[in-house]
Amino acid sequence: MNTTVTDPAAPAPAAAGLTAASFKSAYKPIWCPGCGDFTVLSSVTKALAIMGVPPKDCAVVSGIGCSSRIPAYTTCYGFHGVHGRSLAAATGLKVARPDLQVLVAGGDGDGYSIGGNHFLHACRRNVDMTYLVMDNHVYGMTKGQPSPTTEPDWDSKLSPGGTGVRVFNPLVVALASGANFVARAFAGDLHGTADIIARAMQHPGFSFVEILSPCVTFRPEQRDWRKLVHPAEVHATDDAGRAARRLMTDDGLNIGVLYAGDRPPYPASVRQPRCSVAELEAEFAL
Amino acid sequence: MAQALQMELDAAQRYNDFADMMETHNNAEVGQWFRKMALIEGKHATQIMAEMGWQQAPVLPASAPVFEGFETPETAPIDEVHYLMQPWHVLQLALANEERAERFFARLASVATVDSVRKAALELQQEEHEHVELVKAWMLKVPQPDSDWDHDPDPPRYDD
Repeated sequence: MNTTVTDPAAPAPAAAGLTAASFKSAYKPIWCPGCGDFTVLSSVTKALAIMGVPPKDCAVVSGIGCSSRIPAYTTCYGFHGVHGRSLAAATGLKVARPDLQVLVAGGDGDGYSIGGNHFLHACRRNVDMTYLVMDNHVYGMTKGQPSPTTEPDWDSKLSPGGTGVRVFNPLVVALASGANFVARAFAGDLHGTADIIARAMQHPGFSFVEILSPCVTFRPEQRDWRKLVHPAEVHATDDAGRAARRLMTDDGLNIGVLYAGDRPPYPASVRQPRCSVAELEAEFAL
Repeated sequence: MAQALQMELDAAQRYNDFADMMETHNNAEVGQWFRKMALIEGKHATQIMAEMGWQQAPVLPASAPVFEGFETPETAPIDEVHYLMQPWHVLQLALANEERAERFFARLASVATVDSVRKAALELQQEEHEHVELVKAWMLKVPQPDSDWDHDPDPPRYDD
């Protein structure tokens, strides 16, 4: 199955001098052998090479979790922040430094659980950045608890018989909150995922890419995802209503760009302050 | 030939990635095996470049034939490894890779409409078949793991 994007909107081949290897740091990831995040890292570095953005002009911001270790494995600037707060830090960074390509990365626990509120408002603000969530339907780093995207009948010692709670649907929530680009990818499809990430980075505004990334240690059954995922049967739409109908009936295994809107991004330039920092501090002097 | 080259390059990269994983997780013996496989695939790639007179790998056209699964045929899926795997498993993985590559070139030969492409595909299929036989012979020399090879007395799963 080849999901490499071939339409005219797809990014051009790698800029001269920059290859995927240009973006991989010397640190060897400590992820479990077989983890989907390895290929996500390869997809990210390939996408950055396609974009032709030098490492010095790119920042990768993350929270906490296995997938949030990714900044250290790239040669870009990195910020490995606190649990669930990557989008807040990234928003501040992008507004202060609109010249930077800002990539935010994390997992389903970091992004949809503790970081859920930041997720809503990052979509709403539509600041120009790309958010990658490596979703493995489990809290991996803390050894296998259910996450917001865990199936309600997933049996575990902590939740015998499953949580019984309906899953969180991040693509629907992202669309409804105002994300300008919504896509799903699969970690096992290195080149297809790289294309989707590159398109997400090219698209103005807040781009959200959910990447199904199997956890071989705590969800070994997710090895079956590579047999179950399938390319989306339709092209990306810019009609939010149509996208909403698609996403509400989505089977969670549809991969491709599902929505590419045309909302203008949040103004990147910081308005000129009305007073200096010293003048502001003087107001609070005792 | 560009596809054959890409297959070898992708395979070498993946074997190197697996070697890194194993070294990080203290399975040094298997790490060395994967390095060896990466070296072999790298040599195949160098051979193709030399035969074609290429200085660097050409970019595959978007119309290149689709492979089985998501990646090039000789690239093992990333989740096929296990931190406790043994050398025999490395060869088992390599065998599956070479068999997939053989099937790919067989299919390419059967659908090719240009004679020169069909001839090249058949030659490459034969080459991959030789690799399959080599790996099978190698597997006979390596001890098979016990049935409880993946038993970990200190497992990572938190059950309490």
